[in-house]
Amino acid sequence: MMLEVGLTHFLLVSALLFSLGLYCVMTRRNAIIVLMGIELILNSANLNFIAFSRFGGAKLDGQMAAIFVIILAAAEAAIALAIVLNIYARFATVNVDEINQLKE
Amino acid sequence: MSLFDIAFYFFALITVASAALVVFSRNIIYSAFALLFTFFGVAGLYALLGADFVAVAQLLIYVGGILVLLLFGVMLTTKLVSVDMKTGTLQALPATLLFAAVAGALSGVYIITDWNVLAGAPDAATTAVTIGDMFLTTWLLPFEIASVVLLVALVGAAMIARRDARSKPTQQAAL
Repeated sequence: MMLEVGLTHFLLVSALLFSLGLYCVMTRRNAIIVLMGIELILNSANLNFIAFSRFGGAKLDGQMAAIFVIILAAAEAAIALAIVLNIYARFATVNVDEINQLKE
Repeated sequence: MSLFDIAFYFFALITVASAALVVFSRNIIYSAFALLFTFFGVAGLYALLGADFVAVAQLLIYVGGILVLLLFGVMLTTKLVSVDMKTGTLQALPATLLFAAVAGALSGVYIITDWNVLAGAPDAATTAVTIGDMFLTTWLLPFEIASVVLLVALVGAAMIARRDARSKPTQQAAL
């Protein structure tokens, strides 16, 4: 039963993606790699949305939610990169453990 | 084992392996390029799930937009000439424990839950048409809000990232 690919298989891939993204966000020092971890987490959530959309009847609402997540991820990446560039211009570093003050 | 299964395991392997490379690679450039393969693998999984429109949108927006932005970020904030491309890790042990706990708990729940799978696959030939209809009927308000959010994010990102022309002379005067 487990050998035939079904809903559970897609959910397991998504669980692994989510955990890897979480690990990335928690351990890496570079702010840009932390952003990559957030993208991994968003992708895993999207995978869940689309898997449930596919195996929950022929409704497309899950795909709509996934599209909105992609839209917001694009906006998030643009804003976050702008902030990171600003921080680099101020502090000459993007290591999140060294940026511990709001102004120089 | 059907062709569908083989394709699933292929894309799943690409996705998880390259995601692991993103997380565990010491070199930030390797991480960025491994992320490319993660996005490709996830797009393949979307296509397997009958979400062709979302798969193409994933390729266009993630690979064409977000990944390029991230690469720009890498290039602009890393001292390419020095050996500062390596980045360290923090709190590896607690994070590993939490990683194992989250992965185990999620996988366990996914496996032991008796999912009520409904029959009926989306008609792949008409997903784009259906999504377009839903955008302009049921999902009209979120659609409009998303467009406003995108505009605000665009203007905001440009405002934040540009060099502040007015504050610079005062800084120099203060020095």
